[in-house]
Amino acid sequence: MLGYTIKRLLQMVLVLWAVSVIVFLMMSFTGDPVFMVIPIDSTQAEIDQARRILGLDRSMLAQYGIFIGNLLQGDFGRSYVFGQPAMELILERLPATMEIVVLAVVIAAVVAIPLGVYAGANPGRASSRAIMSGSLLGISLPGFWVGMMLIFLFSVRWHLLPSSGRGDAVEVWGLRLSFLTVDGWRHLILPSVTLSLGTLAILLRITRAGMMEVTRQDYMKFARAKGVSRRGVLYGHGLRNALIPVVTIFGLQLGDLIAFATITETIFAWPGLGKLLIDSIYRADRPVIVVYLMLVALIFVVINFIVDIVYTLIDPRITVK
Amino acid sequence: MTAPLLSVRDLRTHFHTFSGVVKAVNGVSFDIGAGQVMGLVGESGGGKSVVGFSILGLIDPPGRIEGGQILLDGQDLVGAPEEALRRVRGRQISMVFQDPMTSLNPLHTVGRQMDEMLRLHTDLDAPARKAACIEMLESVGISRAAERLGAYPHQFSGGMRQRVVIAIALLAGPRLIIADEPTTALDVTIQSQILKLMRRQIADRGASMILITHDLAVVSEMADHITVLYCGKVVERGLTRDVIGAPAHPYTRGLIDSIPDPRHRQTRLSQIPGTVPDIRNLPVGCSFRERCPRAQALCAQADPPLTAQRASLHAACHFPLTEAEAP
Repeated sequence: MLGYTIKRLLQMVLVLWAVSVIVFLMMSFTGDPVFMVIPIDSTQAEIDQARRILGLDRSMLAQYGIFIGNLLQGDFGRSYVFGQPAMELILERLPATMEIVVLAVVIAAVVAIPLGVYAGANPGRASSRAIMSGSLLGISLPGFWVGMMLIFLFSVRWHLLPSSGRGDAVEVWGLRLSFLTVDGWRHLILPSVTLSLGTLAILLRITRAGMMEVTRQDYMKFARAKGVSRRGVLYGHGLRNALIPVVTIFGLQLGDLIAFATITETIFAWPGLGKLLIDSIYRADRPVIVVYLMLVALIFVVINFIVDIVYTLIDPRITVK
Repeated sequence: MTAPLLSVRDLRTHFHTFSGVVKAVNGVSFDIGAGQVMGLVGESGGGKSVVGFSILGLIDPPGRIEGGQILLDGQDLVGAPEEALRRVRGRQISMVFQDPMTSLNPLHTVGRQMDEMLRLHTDLDAPARKAACIEMLESVGISRAAERLGAYPHQFSGGMRQRVVIAIALLAGPRLIIADEPTTALDVTIQSQILKLMRRQIADRGASMILITHDLAVVSEMADHITVLYCGKVVERGLTRDVIGAPAHPYTRGLIDSIPDPRHRQTRLSQIPGTVPDIRNLPVGCSFRERCPRAQALCAQADPPLTAQRASLHAACHFPLTEAEAP
């Protein structure tokens, strides 16, 4: 277990380094950021001066060396646009994204797993077919359309829920959180539901496929022959056996939503990471993009690590090496 | 004669598949008294396992019990509510499956799977349940039982797993055990150990057993009575010594002849010609006639009813074998 953790940590460092190289190289081909920060009528002398201040007059390799050197000292660089440390900018936005993402995956799991178990255990029923058709819709409807429809119905038509922003937020340990206020919750619902639909549909289908496989197994019939209730057989014996692929997909989706909730955040004007990323890409704010993508890589590596550990908790036959 | 523990009357279990109705069990009747062991014998596809699952009410769609009665102490289990059946399963009647590799949940410890049985069917508290599990594991021949409770099925060999399955089946003190080919998936060397274990456990507890098997040799050692199924129907039944010694039905005779006999070194083992007919499309008359050496014109016209023959035997045959024709 310890060896495995160390191996995974080394792997993580390697991944992060690779991401930093790739991102840094890519960004250097996408235009000169100096033009993003200077006034439009600057003289050549002013441009040169700005270059020097930003360190853009040095070679690529030197720039990367400085970047890595600073990074190892915990300095991730400053945003060209805001002048703030890039890490600070990102960490400021992270709680907002985490809020809608966590709520979205909770909604997805809580709805998808019972429906998937039901549809897998009763494959012939009309209700199961309806669930499966619904899940196809969930997969195929684009998030931006669903988001706009929800705004149209719940905000514009019925005036039930707000359409944009975070609402009242409370500061806890320096983090601004919405889910501690009623108004914050009202703002959370629509973006979270929008974000959850795709994940919900995929988890539902994976759960169903697993349950269909599992219900054919002898140990399910043996459990019934012991006098276990149908519910007890499905949830006590069946679900856990169907859970490995569900956990895998859950982990991937979680990472995906944290990293790329961009569209939903844009539609609901949710001040999270996705909006920051889009804004930074528009303005060629290289330090922010680099730190952002490294953070995303880190999140994926960590989630995969956790998923591997969860495998061993689900199935005693699986060990990590 | 006292009332039987279990009485199956004209049981019919059919499967409604796309390619037609499979009458897997089609009018099966038998009785089992307390403490008796009945062998339920037949070839693969003869409906033996379906009888077992029907008794426990574990027939899933597209299968359905179409008719008949399954009387446990005079109470009909056919059509009984699920709630009532759950109190019968495990507590009154329990089952041992064919393949111990797959009949235990791979993700739960052996202890948890045993404990579940006691939690469902007894009022014992946790320490008492644990003590009962340990005692049961020891009685089925598993050493260091207390430690083994924490082990997972994959940490046991096939024979050991079947011992665990038997232990689970016995835990709640059922009066009837249905053992569905309990040794078929095991090594030959383990088979007789497991059979001996089952026979001793059943006898010690005064329980009854239905031993479902295709192996007449096994049945002749274990059972008091034998019921032979062919194409979903009882073709012969009687006391073991009568059925094995001088069967009246040619199908039973064929099964007996196909057991290798070490005393007679035959050049070639005899077998029943042909295969089991397509059960969706049984011919009119006796289902066995196309494979039967004694078949005559009558066999193609009328399905023979199960009638009393010599001694304890009942057979469904127009031209039963006489005692003089015994092997």
